[in-house]
Amino acid sequence: MTDDGNPTLEAPTPEAPMLEAPMLEAKGISKFFPGTIALDDVELTLHRGEIHALLGENGAGKSTLIKCLTGVYRRDGGEIMLDGEAVDPLSTHHSQTLGIGTVYQEVNLLPNLTVAENLYLGRQPMRGPFVARRAMNAAARISLKSFGIDIDPTQPLSAFSVAIQQVVAIARAVELSGKVLILDEPTASLDREEVELLFSVIRQLTSRGIAIVFITHFIDQVFEICDRATILRNGQVVGTRQLKDVSQKDIVSLMLGRQLEARVRAPKSNVVGKTLLEIDGLRKTGMLEAFSLKLREREVVGLAGLLGSGRTETANLIFGAVRADHGAMKLRGHEIRINNPRNAVAHGFALCPEDRKTEGIVGDLSVRDNIILALQARQGWMRPIPRRKVEEIAQHYVRTLDIRLANLDMPVRLLSGGNQQKAILARWLATDPDFLILDEPTRGIDIGAHAEIIALINRLREDGMALLVASSEMEELVAYATRVIVMRDRRQVGELTGDEITSNNIIHAIAAEPMVEPAS
Amino acid sequence: MTRHQFIRRITPQLIILGVVLALNFLVFHDFFKIEFQNGRLFGNVIDVLNRGAPTALLCVGMTLVIATKGIDLSVGAIMAIAGATAASLIVDGHNWVSALMGALAVGALCGVWNGFLVAFLRIQPIVATLVLMVAGRGIAQLITEGTILTFLDEGLIHLGAGTVLGIPTPVLIWLFLGGAVAFFVRRTALGMLIESIGINEASSRLAGINSRVLLLCVYVVSGIGAAVAGVIVAADIQGADANNAGLWLELDAILAVVIGGNSLLGGRFSIVASLLGAMIIQSVNSVILLSGMPPEFNLVIKALLILAILVIQSPKVGHLIYILRASAPPPEVKQTTPVKDVN
Amino acid sequence: MIRTTHLPLIVTLLTFVLAYALCASQYPSMFSLRVIANLLTDNAFLGIVAVGMTFVILSGGIDLSVGSVIAFTGVFLAVILRDSSIHPLFAFGLVLIITTAFGAAMGATIHYLEMPAFIVTLAGMFLARGAAYVLSTDSVPITHEFYDMLQSVYWKTASGGRFRLIGGVMILTFIVGALVAHRTRFGQNVYALGGDASTSRLMGVPVASTTVGIYAISGGLAGLSGIVFSLYTSAGYSLATVGVELDAIAAVVIGGTLLTGGYGFVAGTFFGILIMGLIQTYIVFDGSLSSWWTKIVIGGLLFAFILLQKGLTWASTARKKAATGFNTPS
Repeated sequence: MTDDGNPTLEAPTPEAPMLEAPMLEAKGISKFFPGTIALDDVELTLHRGEIHALLGENGAGKSTLIKCLTGVYRRDGGEIMLDGEAVDPLSTHHSQTLGIGTVYQEVNLLPNLTVAENLYLGRQPMRGPFVARRAMNAAARISLKSFGIDIDPTQPLSAFSVAIQQVVAIARAVELSGKVLILDEPTASLDREEVELLFSVIRQLTSRGIAIVFITHFIDQVFEICDRATILRNGQVVGTRQLKDVSQKDIVSLMLGRQLEARVRAPKSNVVGKTLLEIDGLRKTGMLEAFSLKLREREVVGLAGLLGSGRTETANLIFGAVRADHGAMKLRGHEIRINNPRNAVAHGFALCPEDRKTEGIVGDLSVRDNIILALQARQGWMRPIPRRKVEEIAQHYVRTLDIRLANLDMPVRLLSGGNQQKAILARWLATDPDFLILDEPTRGIDIGAHAEIIALINRLREDGMALLVASSEMEELVAYATRVIVMRDRRQVGELTGDEITSNNIIHAIAAEPMVEPAS
Repeated sequence: MTRHQFIRRITPQLIILGVVLALNFLVFHDFFKIEFQNGRLFGNVIDVLNRGAPTALLCVGMTLVIATKGIDLSVGAIMAIAGATAASLIVDGHNWVSALMGALAVGALCGVWNGFLVAFLRIQPIVATLVLMVAGRGIAQLITEGTILTFLDEGLIHLGAGTVLGIPTPVLIWLFLGGAVAFFVRRTALGMLIESIGINEASSRLAGINSRVLLLCVYVVSGIGAAVAGVIVAADIQGADANNAGLWLELDAILAVVIGGNSLLGGRFSIVASLLGAMIIQSVNSVILLSGMPPEFNLVIKALLILAILVIQSPKVGHLIYILRASAPPPEVKQTTPVKDVN
Repeated sequence: MIRTTHLPLIVTLLTFVLAYALCASQYPSMFSLRVIANLLTDNAFLGIVAVGMTFVILSGGIDLSVGSVIAFTGVFLAVILRDSSIHPLFAFGLVLIITTAFGAAMGATIHYLEMPAFIVTLAGMFLARGAAYVLSTDSVPITHEFYDMLQSVYWKTASGGRFRLIGGVMILTFIVGALVAHRTRFGQNVYALGGDASTSRLMGVPVASTTVGIYAISGGLAGLSGIVFSLYTSAGYSLATVGVELDAIAAVVIGGTLLTGGYGFVAGTFFGILIMGLIQTYIVFDGSLSSWWTKIVIGGLLFAFILLQKGLTWASTARKKAATGFNTPS
């Protein structure tokens, strides 16, 4: 499609790619949110013509950093040098005009407009009071051809695949900005061929001297296309590496960290109860390849994997939040069908979703109502739980889970992240489930609540519950899982049991390298 | 909700109502005078209660619909259809009970239609209910065959113009139905589940709430309320006027809900506050009438009322107030639960 | 090549052609220039206001105030021409300024206070209707030689049809509206807003000025429609044109514009108006059918087009999902 790095192509930036003067230098960037430090003294340097990976798990600070660079957030500290000059982006639009363009996973273009209209929105060639459509369409065609795609720009954007839409978004960003291009998870919803197309476009951009920030959770893609990588964890830079010098495993362990390992490893009783749930060949096209699991009582199965590996999808499919294409489930030996969350709840399932705010809490309802919501929904609206019973249940969980609040009548959205998580846990515990699915139960909560939730998981298991916990925190999985299923590319790729469960082994399995050290 | 909270919730509406009633008193000193003549109570206050009945009946269902983040534009048209149904059943020789039942059934059917479009076809409420709003009056005229269908059935007329124990029937009907629904949704878990859907449908679905059926139900309640209002209006004039019955009353009903302090974005609701809102609207009408101000000002005042309430409700203005207050220290969140180790 | 974005427009056109053919086959006299001329004259005011409504709906909004603004304009003109000696042209200018400013004020309220268009324009509806009441509750006749002059301007065809001035004004409005919507930067911004307001903002669309502009256009065209209506009826009456906003919305939707915004054509609205006019004409021709059938048929058409649009949206999202897979991050 394209001749990669063909020097005859017109480059909007005349300078040849040079490594001496960085295109962008961000120094000491800090950003505080109430109660948390989102970015702590972060450094990022981009050279001309470089493809620089920005890596980290959710909540590591990637998107906050990008938002500071593109003017969505005002940074609380540090300075940004662009092309040798100090800049201060005030809005996305401003940062675009400065020279920093961004392309997101959900293409930030308008599907109802044509390709050409999208490319030139706000800067259309004019003839008198009217848009010179013919000139605009011709220019769009030429521009896109220079990226190696030849399409009819008068078609609506929605007529094209996501990959083409991405290229259109890149073309717009490059023409508008032309110095730094930030690609935020551009490949998350592309298939292999589309990724190839996108990569050829990206490589070609480097020959124009543009510095590219590439954010992804596909580690192999990082090694395929990037020159360097900066890894963030908990709002701090944990390292910047030349990728040709390091292995995938080095990067993964930097991302996940494993300092805590020795500390939290708790002795686990091996008493495992009888089989509770058998899942056979659960799958849905584009979300999850056949997933099978045999789960027993008194067992905590961990789901490990990087972002996008299919952890959340697995949880949602089991719970019926998304309807599966295929898959059989047996509960205590009896065939069951789960088509929606209501079925799941009726069978004694419970799910604490990953996205607490949009799928977990019901923000404006009181903490009390949030706690009894699932139990009440299961009982049906005709049989209200008596007020005294409600009070009793709510008080009970506030006490046992140590939910910190002013009173039970306060809206749950006013609680801190950790306490919101506990309230959702309380909601499900109140239904007395046999099987509890937790999706990233400790994300974005403070360290104290973190430890409490880990302790709670262990206690629930000892009380006889079966749990499935999806998490990106290795130490955490080591602390409570009796078994760990490793996911990659929406597929089960391995299983660790007993003493095999160490951060190291999990990281190896995720990074798809042979296990080196059996844990002792 | 405890009694204390309940009173605090409706305090603003009570204050506004009090002010408007006081204005009524200022322009007409006999406003609060109630007389008992010919076995019936007379007085301006009774008039306010009586004239406000259709809006009050509509705002009950509308409150629930709006609590789910929806809106029902078709209630005025449903009133016309229900009135026409009742009148034509009477004219066909049925008794007033079956006429009433027929009207209610038609109202419920209209609600099912709206609810089906919203809950199952996932059409935005404003669009979905627009269909019936446009076509509804035509359907009503189809039933009345274009005439104002008059009737003389005592039973039906009693619903609109009669009295029970000296109190006009419409007043008793809206007080009873409004009170019953308000009581019912709070005594069962319905109210909380409806609020939950309006605040966060995704979370509610994951918590196992059957959101589709509940959505359907609130539109049915709205349809039935509109049908009752339609029958009352028809009974009052002893005829079904397909063109003018309930004309623009959907807007009054929405206004009553908004005055009742319920957010148009869904969530927490209070039917009692909405009913007070309906009475506030009627009292404003009464002030304009009694003050001798030309009734033409009615709409202008209503418009200004909406604007004032909207500005207060606006998220932007709320944010501004928040910023202004931020100079003062935020209310302390007290930790009343003992801090205790979970292990 | 037929694109899905054009499909509703094509369906509208087919509906119109089919409906007209049906009518003409039953009443051959309906296929005459006279009927067409009357169709244009009788629906002129509705057509003009529907152009404004098209802009509003394309941007994802709604304007419930237009019917009241038309009534206000009529009463304003009637009263000012009765009580003063200013020239009607000057009065036209004045009322257009008032209604445009009124629309702009609603647009500004919607944008700056972040309030739903539906409720803001509802307040506007009460306000304009109330203002009309305050001016006069009675129907005020307009008698002015300039009005007589304007009303006598028509082009007579051989068959006796009279194309009047107001029909021409409507067609001109449609042409200008189509040019603005499809050929100017402002028009593109309107479509952009209807596609996705926050994305538009990110792409540098001036959201504030576009929103204000859209409602100003709608208000201004409602004013123009009011002028045309006063020419049509020779009077100003504060109870006139009740519910015209619903007719305008129906015409826009039947014209193939998506009620959620972003897709549609001004030309489609023109055919939407013609379809609605045709239904009325047919009922008049038939004589035995009652007028309420108009409302029912329009309601049915509205529903059919809403379903069609919903179906298209479903089809396109289903296709996209099949093409890309589900892409929630885990």
